[in-house]
Amino acid sequence: MNRKILDLRGLSCPQPVLETKQAIENPAFESLEILLDTQTSLENIKRLLGNRKDIEYKVIEEGEDFKVTLLKAKD
Amino acid sequence: MDFIKNHWKIIVCGLFIGVVATLLQKFGNPANMGICVACFERDIAGALGFHRIAVVQYIRPEILFFVIGSFVSSLMFREFKPRGGSLPLVRFLLGFFAMFGALVFLGCPWRAILRLAGGDWNAIIGILGIIIGIYIGIQFIKRGYTLGRSYPAYKLAGLIMPLMMFGLLLLLLVKPSLTTGAPFFSEKGPGSQHAPIIFSVCAAFLIGIFAQRTRFCTVGAIRDVILMKDFHLASGVISLLVFAFISNLILGQFRPGFEGQPIAHTNYLWNFLGMVLSGLSYALAGGCPGRQLFLSGEGDIDAGVFVIGMITGAGFAHNFAVAASSAGIGPWSAWAVIVGLLFCLATGMFMRKRIA
Repeated sequence: MNRKILDLRGLSCPQPVLETKQAIENPAFESLEILLDTQTSLENIKRLLGNRKDIEYKVIEEGEDFKVTLLKAKD
Repeated sequence: MDFIKNHWKIIVCGLFIGVVATLLQKFGNPANMGICVACFERDIAGALGFHRIAVVQYIRPEILFFVIGSFVSSLMFREFKPRGGSLPLVRFLLGFFAMFGALVFLGCPWRAILRLAGGDWNAIIGILGIIIGIYIGIQFIKRGYTLGRSYPAYKLAGLIMPLMMFGLLLLLLVKPSLTTGAPFFSEKGPGSQHAPIIFSVCAAFLIGIFAQRTRFCTVGAIRDVILMKDFHLASGVISLLVFAFISNLILGQFRPGFEGQPIAHTNYLWNFLGMVLSGLSYALAGGCPGRQLFLSGEGDIDAGVFVIGMITGAGFAHNFAVAASSAGIGPWSAWAVIVGLLFCLATGMFMRKRIA
């Protein structure tokens, strides 16, 4: 599967969470991998995803960075 | 109840800032100015002699310990990450012009809220200005505005801002008397009004820690509500307002009205436009002036550049009659705000990576 990757490291607030929001609201969204470098961006994105039952996500720490994989939930 | 459960930390942070700010006033800081990031950076600019307005010169320990508190907190929680390199000159000028707007209105977003909590209704117009400024900023961000990414930097580079604050602390404590007169300390006026240093230091240090942990940000609060209907940060800001108001009532510091408010004027138009300029600058730079201090403490060198831009802007604003006073706006306030708005609009419009 060809997975889209968004590198959102180093961007000022609210760009990481906004780009994630725009990506998951795209009708073509199936899955996505995002890279973050601050805990703050990660918290913002968790809050964005917190009340969405239609998306499953998983956070992996990679050295100094975070990799978040998002997947549209199968219903 | 869920709301409290999810947001209690930020609500407590707002409560703490609100109550501490009003207590700082009680113990000596200027009226409705328990904490004002813009005014206090302006006082520091004055103490260093970047402007020579004798009534607003003091090395405000609050500013120093916001950075130091955040620095210590980021070390403790392993969030100290030196980083920088996202168009520093643009960030410097965003800070520079944000200060113009703040000194035309006479306050940063924190002080706007504290003024409101003290009964200064002029603050409502200022807060409206901030909201409009942020709204404009969001439109740019939605259309791809970005200053580009920052990159991990040397540890030492991330230490520069905290170390500079320690340097300022030394100046405050040692008070070397040079033949030039520097550092300058006001003998009358707002600059001479300050709480005992030890109280300011402890209060600001704790605020630095709380704010670093909770990401407290007045601009982020408004932005998240507009952009995502997310009230997390906003609950902290509302908490600041409510508890500062209650605390003012208890301390007898609540005096409602438009006229004769402390360190404020009633020019509605430029109160409004000044804060539109500030709000837009903060939104384009990614956070309110307080947040920029906390970020600079955790190693964000670009935020440090914004802070130094603000301090420089304060010096310029007072030297070139841009800053307002209780008597009203300055001879060059209006033009300076217009130039600042043009800079910010051009930045938002042309510094974007794609057309959405």
